[in-house]
Amino acid sequence: MRDVFVVSGGVSKFAKARPDRTFQPMVKEAYDYVLQDIGLEFKQAAELIEGSTASYFSDHFGRQLMGGAMTTDYLGLCPKHNKRIEGGGATGGLNFQAGWESVASGRFDIVLTYGWETMSHVNTWKGNEFIALASDVSFDYPVGGFYSGYYAMMVTRHMKEYGTTVEQLGLVSVKNHNNAFYNPYAQKRMKINIEDVRNSEMVAWPLTMLDICTMSDGAAAVLFASEEGMKKLEKATGNTIKPTKVVGVGGGMDAMRMADRPHGKVPLLPHENAEDYKNLKYPGVHSFRSGRNASIEAYKMAGIADPINELDFIELHDAYTSSEIQTYEDMGLCKYGEGGGFVESGAPFMPGLDYGYKLPEQGKIPVNPSGGLIACGHPVGATGLMQAVFGHWQCQGTIDKHFGDKTLQIKDCNRGAIHSHAGTGTYVTVSILEKGF
Amino acid sequence: MAEKKKYFKLPETDDGTTVFKVPFPENLEHLKEMSPIYIKQPYQIDYLHSYGQDSPFFAGLTAGKLLSTKCPKCGYSYGTPRLHCMYCGTECDWVELPREGYVHCFTVCHFGSEAFLPETPFILIMVEWPDVDTLFLARLVDVDPADASLDWIGMKIRAQFRRNCKLNPTDVYFVPA
Ligand SMILES: [Zn+2]
Repeated sequence: MRDVFVVSGGVSKFAKARPDRTFQPMVKEAYDYVLQDIGLEFKQAAELIEGSTASYFSDHFGRQLMGGAMTTDYLGLCPKHNKRIEGGGATGGLNFQAGWESVASGRFDIVLTYGWETMSHVNTWKGNEFIALASDVSFDYPVGGFYSGYYAMMVTRHMKEYGTTVEQLGLVSVKNHNNAFYNPYAQKRMKINIEDVRNSEMVAWPLTMLDICTMSDGAAAVLFASEEGMKKLEKATGNTIKPTKVVGVGGGMDAMRMADRPHGKVPLLPHENAEDYKNLKYPGVHSFRSGRNASIEAYKMAGIADPINELDFIELHDAYTSSEIQTYEDMGLCKYGEGGGFVESGAPFMPGLDYGYKLPEQGKIPVNPSGGLIACGHPVGATGLMQAVFGHWQCQGTIDKHFGDKTLQIKDCNRGAIHSHAGTGTYVTVSILEKGF
Repeated sequence: MAEKKKYFKLPETDDGTTVFKVPFPENLEHLKEMSPIYIKQPYQIDYLHSYGQDSPFFAGLTAGKLLSTKCPKCGYSYGTPRLHCMYCGTECDWVELPREGYVHCFTVCHFGSEAFLPETPFILIMVEWPDVDTLFLARLVDVDPADASLDWIGMKIRAQFRRNCKLNPTDVYFVPA
């Protein structure tokens, strides 16, 4: 396996609707940003990029099959290889790892991954129906197919099992929305408090509108290269590349039907003991076994034994405030059952920002410094790549340059994780990024 | 956010007026300033969905029986049927589940997919049985959605069946036992 580097990234601003563009030029906005950030000309890129992968989740949302073919020609990347990557909410994260794979394997020296979703073409509730078609159409969908409902069932179990509170969920929303206030790419930039979250409309008890990410139109792109590829890019542009190295990748999967999940033992991270969980039935419906598996693999590859002290940030898939808390536990930032207390401690908040709450351990390991899905939006096929772009800029130390505001730049940032997740914890990916210069 | 007044808004609908012509500029350079044109594209289809190997479950509902499967080799028992065991790959046998079970977790859906919006608020639960290894997704009725509370978890519940079946998993539903 060869070393793989992220050399550039771009994101179109996520919006509720982009009627001014079909998906191809929206992807081009992200792609143009990728090119201009390293000073690469359109024609040079077409020559140097050896292949690409496209990610979009839903054929129903797009009502256009082979969107990857249409985008590849729009970006001028024909006649070279392209394929589509799809895996529900983790579509973007899987595409990121597909980019890594095609360079690590030696197949390509320079490869582009791009993704998008256009979710505004149907109303929100029809959109929820489209998404719910991911659940088993014989047994789950007809009972009341609605992912917010499925996640709400998971969190009622988490609350019963561990004593997690709705205020702790609210605190996740406060953190992510307030962070996004400083991120110009985010769809929802607002300063809120726990009462705002609890007073917003109830969607699926106990989750309110502000506990749940919104649908978006948007695109993102990431350019990968090997050492050789970087030399070619530097030669073509005359610029020095400031890359981020991908030092770990992990993946996981669980049964699509939550009903089918086992009630067994916890797969342990290096810093945990079997004793910690002797009475816990795992994962049941309160935890994501796939997220744990992806974390174990990614940490192992990156040589991480103590994630909270060896990572400087995490961009994780917070489609729901509850799933962020569940994911703290999967990723080993705290033990299973301690996710609610973990957010209360302040550990996953940005250091130095005023959130209006007493946070004794504020800034220990910032989680979703960008604002996450809850505030940035979740155009499914782009989301995992958006996290990679924000993660790349964090490791590069270039948040100020890209956001026009340095508030969200983590000081001396060296290494972070990105985490992508599909419906109720089916597909999950974790990738570790490290400053590469 | 707290200080921002929320004004009443009429609900948005997808109906509208059919348009045959739109304004067109004299000067082609002005085309890029045009607003995007939205059109409505209806999308309706009847699928012929076979329940395949799961068909006995739905046949059971018409007979007032809640069926699932159990692995004859490793003994793993499923609350939602699977023809093949997830742990040993063996073909499972059909078994009848107990009429009474317990609420493992729940939610009250105040919104939902478009198809289910008219039924809101409705209660989703996962059902557990003491000697069954996995769960079953169902609706809970005859409790007040406004009373939602974690105390519902562990509630003893009983399966009820529709007499006029719709050949849907909602032909079975649960009520407090
Ligand atoms: Zn078996």
